[in-house]
Amino acid sequence: MTEVKDMKKIVAVVLSLLVVMALVPQTLANGVVNVYNWEDYISEDALKLFEEETGITVNYMRFTTNEDMMVQVRTSPGAFDVVFPSDYCIEKLISEDLLEELDYSKIPNAKHMSEWVMNPDFDPNSKHSIAYMWGTVGILYDKTKVNGPIDSWEVLFTDEYKGEIFMLDSIRDAFAVALKYLGYSLNSKNPKELNEAAKLLIDQKKQGIVKAYQVDETKDKMVAGEGVLAVVYSGDAQYSINLNDNLAYSIPKEGSNVWVDSLVIPKSSQNKENAYKFIDFLCRPDVAQMNCEYIEYSSPNAAAIELMGEEYINNPNLNPPQETIDNCEYFHDLKDFLSIYNTLWAQVKNAK
Amino acid sequence: MSNMNMPSWGLWLMALGLGVFVTMLVISVKRHRGVHRSLFAWPYSLWMIIFTVVPLFLIAYYAFTDAQGNFTLNNFYSFWDSNFEMKKQLSDMGFDLAEMGLNERGTVNVDTLIYSLWMAFKCTIICMLLGYPAALFMADRDFKLGSTLVVLFIIPMWMNFLLRTIAWMTLLEDNGIINNLLVSLGLGRVRLMYNSDAVLLGMVYNYLPFMVFPIYNSIDKQPRMYSEAAMDLGANSVRTFTKVTLPLSLPGIVSGITMVFMPSVTTFFIPRVLGGGNTEMFGDLIERTFLTADNWNVGSALALIMMLLMLLSISLLRRVDPKGEGGSLL
Repeated sequence: MTEVKDMKKIVAVVLSLLVVMALVPQTLANGVVNVYNWEDYISEDALKLFEEETGITVNYMRFTTNEDMMVQVRTSPGAFDVVFPSDYCIEKLISEDLLEELDYSKIPNAKHMSEWVMNPDFDPNSKHSIAYMWGTVGILYDKTKVNGPIDSWEVLFTDEYKGEIFMLDSIRDAFAVALKYLGYSLNSKNPKELNEAAKLLIDQKKQGIVKAYQVDETKDKMVAGEGVLAVVYSGDAQYSINLNDNLAYSIPKEGSNVWVDSLVIPKSSQNKENAYKFIDFLCRPDVAQMNCEYIEYSSPNAAAIELMGEEYINNPNLNPPQETIDNCEYFHDLKDFLSIYNTLWAQVKNAK
Repeated sequence: MSNMNMPSWGLWLMALGLGVFVTMLVISVKRHRGVHRSLFAWPYSLWMIIFTVVPLFLIAYYAFTDAQGNFTLNNFYSFWDSNFEMKKQLSDMGFDLAEMGLNERGTVNVDTLIYSLWMAFKCTIICMLLGYPAALFMADRDFKLGSTLVVLFIIPMWMNFLLRTIAWMTLLEDNGIINNLLVSLGLGRVRLMYNSDAVLLGMVYNYLPFMVFPIYNSIDKQPRMYSEAAMDLGANSVRTFTKVTLPLSLPGIVSGITMVFMPSVTTFFIPRVLGGGNTEMFGDLIERTFLTADNWNVGSALALIMMLLMLLSISLLRRVDPKGEGGSLL
């Protein structure tokens, strides 16, 4: 008899804890917007301003990779109202039917957006997403150490700057460089082209052209003068250039990758009205300017660009000419084919 | 602005465990007018089950299944031929592998394992050569700085190993402290980083204490009268060392080897930081297979192979130190 009683007590404790767990998020769900954004990717002042103007509490959560974010969006329905995924992830989330179709009548400030960002090929007519920031991949170089113009990916594959080149330790970006140099699409699903790109990267490594494969460390190392050339994201390039006048950034003529981080509303969102308010707020020119000046990436907001003035407009790193952008490609979700990239990348990383 | 993080289920789990534990405690006190001692094993057992036993079963499950959850041994074959899945996928898609030049066996996984074992071997030997004399000095009661040395060995361990490794970068970089010193002496720059020697240096630096302290313990606890007796019987200091001190410190050496070799083989992060990602060790490979390649099945198979190797080397070492006096791991 006592055994049964004990069990009952344990069950009671467990149940009461479960009830508490279930209640806590509910009490918060009044007048909030649950925002899930990249680490350090918004001006804190903008968030405060939104709370002051609307009285809506921003419940702000952060992620560091698209992959982490997607796992959370899939496994925690209802937890997020506004999320900031990148291009190919938006494609993936749309294909999984996880994103709300945007009602543009609730985003009047969308009219300020630059024309070219409003119809990306990963989300035709921007039906599910509206751009927040964008950028490119290119070559950051030390003007005092190069022997001529840097306008082609070719400099990465000859031994002119042997041992002085930082490559991106990131599969898609590394292959994008090689594929573009060879004249292929950076979304290639042709094993022959991929193998050719892999051979090029293996050769580059075997010849000792690459100094290191890294991502976050590169910007500071280039500032410190540790390398001559580096493949970087435009935002990192601007960061480095601000700290070291000898550095310059170039988007090679063969074309490159252009990426967009956009605002989306998950279908499971519990606060859709607040989500629209938040998205519209971020599209407002003065707020877009605030965020762009804080993050120092490229803004997709034409009105905000006007507000930022000459210095931004004349900066080709952040505001490249339209034909350069048109020469670049978005990444697409490769689906099963990504594993082929992975296997070939393993060969590159282990070539000696 | 509220800065709440993701719902912390870990905390809830702990609260749940604590709740169950306290309830059991109360019941036990009421019924037996005292606490049954086995109750104290509960929290830790629960911890072990959740964080060791369950993950081990999960690894085994993933290693022997494919993405659809069907039983397969292909993940282990992928260890031997790292191109196996790619070749299968491409030929399923109707590509001609020979024409693509993709027909070869992928040696990535096997090569990385051999490279890791070789690096771990070198690291262990260097740690032993550096660590044994250090331990000998530290344990010598006539050597007044002995205890200071012990403290000096411990102090760096107060800092996280990631930070200690990153700190090496500022020393070894092309424009780092060492190279600037060399330049100012008129000796020119040397490429110290971005190669496997720098990785080895980082490993030795990080794992040396794990060699020194077991040896130090085993020497320190030897009664002094043993070596005094050997001296009295006419042995000189070299003979005393080879016949008395060294054999008695063998358990410490064995334990030191285990403590250094094991983490050395599975080293990751150090190759990325000091080696500039130019070489990959088995730990990096497993991490990449899980996270970047998102292939939990092959990743688990690699982890299982790693664990089997560990068990094998531990059981080999047990033969040298059957009583586990040096405080071996198993």
